[in-house]
Amino acid sequence: MKTTQQLERQLKRHSKAAKLEIWGKVVSFSALLLIVAVVVGIIGFVASKGIATFTSNHVSLWDFLTEKKWNPGITDANGKPEVGALPMIVGSFLITILSAVVATPFAIGTAVFMNEISPNKGAKILQPVTELLVGIPSVVYGFIGLSVVVPATRAIFGGSGFGILSGTCVLFVMILPTVTSMSVDALRSVPRYYREASLALGATQWQTIYKVVLRAATPGLMTAVVFGMARAFGEALAVQMVIGNAALMPGSLVDPAATLTSVLTTGIGNTVMGSLQNNALWSLALVLLLMSLVFNLIIRLIGRKGRLQ
Amino acid sequence: MSKKRWWQAIGAVLVLALGIFAYQTRQVSHAGESITAVGSTALQPLVEAAGEQYTGEHLGTFINVQGGGTGTGLSQIQEGAVQIGNSDLFAGEQKGIRATELVDHRVAVVGITPIINRKIGLKNLTTQQLIQVFTGQVTNWRELGGDNLPVVLINRAQGSGTRATFEQFGLTNHRSKTAQEQDSSGMVRQIVATTPGAISYVAFSYVNATVQSLSLNGVAPTEDNVKTNRWRIWSYEHLYTKGQPRGLTRRFIQYVQSPAIQKTLVRQLGYLSPDQMKVERDVHGNVTRLEGGNS
Repeated sequence: MKTTQQLERQLKRHSKAAKLEIWGKVVSFSALLLIVAVVVGIIGFVASKGIATFTSNHVSLWDFLTEKKWNPGITDANGKPEVGALPMIVGSFLITILSAVVATPFAIGTAVFMNEISPNKGAKILQPVTELLVGIPSVVYGFIGLSVVVPATRAIFGGSGFGILSGTCVLFVMILPTVTSMSVDALRSVPRYYREASLALGATQWQTIYKVVLRAATPGLMTAVVFGMARAFGEALAVQMVIGNAALMPGSLVDPAATLTSVLTTGIGNTVMGSLQNNALWSLALVLLLMSLVFNLIIRLIGRKGRLQ
Repeated sequence: MSKKRWWQAIGAVLVLALGIFAYQTRQVSHAGESITAVGSTALQPLVEAAGEQYTGEHLGTFINVQGGGTGTGLSQIQEGAVQIGNSDLFAGEQKGIRATELVDHRVAVVGITPIINRKIGLKNLTTQQLIQVFTGQVTNWRELGGDNLPVVLINRAQGSGTRATFEQFGLTNHRSKTAQEQDSSGMVRQIVATTPGAISYVAFSYVNATVQSLSLNGVAPTEDNVKTNRWRIWSYEHLYTKGQPRGLTRRFIQYVQSPAIQKTLVRQLGYLSPDQMKVERDVHGNVTRLEGGNS
C-alpha cells in the first residue's frame, strides 16, 4: 500500500528535468512578451503622436507627402502650416539608394574574394577588418566625414561641401561592412557541389563565380543590399553632420539637403511637446518607422522567393 | 555542477550589489535637495558654472543642468517635469506655451552678431543689405562690394532662440530663406570659418579670430552698443519657473541674480548682466529707457 503511494507520488511529481523545462519556457516566453510589449508600445506611441498632425492639426496627408516647404512654425498665405515633407523624403531615399549603389559592387567583390578566390587570406585579414568597421560608432564616421569628406567635396566640386554627395560617401563606408558580411554568408550558403559541377563541366573559376555562384546566391545578396539600405535610411548622426540640413529639394548632389533623420535630430530639442512643430516631427518619425517596416517586408519577400526557387 | 553553482552565486551577489548600490545612491540624492534645470544651450554654460559654484558653497544640494534647446526647456517647465526651464526667448514668443503660468527670471543678456567668412572681405553691411543676403536677393558677395564668392547661408535650427532673435531684430522680422541648418553655435562658427562665402550668426562669446563679425549700419557689435540698444540684436536669457519658485529653486535663482555672480561669472562667460543695461525690452520688442541709467 505504502509503496504504491510512494510510487504514485514519485511518478506524478515533476522530475528535475521537467521543472527545468517549465522554467526555461517561462523565462523565454516572458522575454518574448517583454520585447513584443516594447515594440507594440513604441509603434503605438510614434503612431499616436505622428497621426496627431493630421487629426488635431488638420494638415492633409497629401500636402504632407507632396508639398516642398518645411516650416512648421509658419503658416502660408492660406493659413495652412508649411509642413511639406517631400524634400526630406526625397533626400532620405536619394542618399539611401546612392550609397547602396556605390557600396554593392565593393561589398560583393570583397565577399567573392573572401569566399571564392582566397578564403585563407579572406578569413585572416578581411573578416576582422569588416567586423571592426561594423563596431565603429556612427558619430566617429560623422566626424571623419565632417573633417575629411566635406572639405574634399568642397575643394573638388565647390559650394559648401555639405550635401548628398558627402552623405553618400560617409554612408557608403558605414553600410559596406554590413553588406559585405551578409554577402559572405550568402555566398557561403551556395552548396559546394554547384561549384564542383561547374568546374567539372570545364568552366573557369571566374565563369563559375559569375554564372553559378552569384546567380545561386542572388536572393541572399539582395537581402544583404536591402539590409544595408535599411541601415542607411535610418542613420541619423553621421548623416546629419555632413548633409547640411537644408529642407530643400536637392537640386544637385553638392547642394545642402536634408533627410528625415537629420531634420528630426536637429529639430526635436527646439519644439514644444504637443505643438504642431513637434507633431510634425513625430509624423516624420512615423514615416521612418513605416519605411523600415517596408524594408523588412522586402527582405522577407526576397527570402521567400529564394526558397521557392 | 558545483562550478555552475559558483557562477550562479557570483551572479546573484553581483545583482544584489548593484541593487544595493542603486538604492544607496537613490537615498543620497534624496537626502539633500536637488533641482533640475533644462533647456537653452546658449544659457547652459552659465547655469552649469553657477550651479557648480552654488553646490560647492552649499553642501548637500544638487543642481542638474541639461541642454536640449529652448523649446525643450519651456515645454518641460510647463509640464512641471523640471524645476527651472532655461530659455533664450520670452515664453510668450514660443508657440504652445501658456506664458501666464510661468514666472520669468532674467539672469543675463546676450548679444548676437552676424559672422562671415574672412575671405569675403566685408566689415560692414546695412540692415537692408543683410536682409537681401538672408532672403536670397543677393547671391554673390560681389554685389555688395565683397569678393567674387557665392553667398552660403547657414542657419540655426528652426525654433532656436538665437535664430528667432536674429530674425526678429537683425532681419527686422523678415524670415531667412531655407538653407543649411546646424544645431549648435560651435558648429556654425567652424563652418563659417572654413567655407568661402559663408554667413551666419552667433552669440558674441562665440566670435573669435577665425571668423569676421559684421558691423550693421556702422554700429559695431560691442557690449557697450548692446547696453544702449544701438546694437539691436540681443536677447535676455531667462530662467523660467512654474509659479513662484520655492526652496532651493528660489535660493538658486537669487544666487544667480546676485551681484556676486552677475559681476563675475556672467561677464567672464561672455554674457552681459541685465543690471548693465540702460534699456529694457518687453515681450513685444518695445524698448524703454531705464531711469537712472548713467552713461
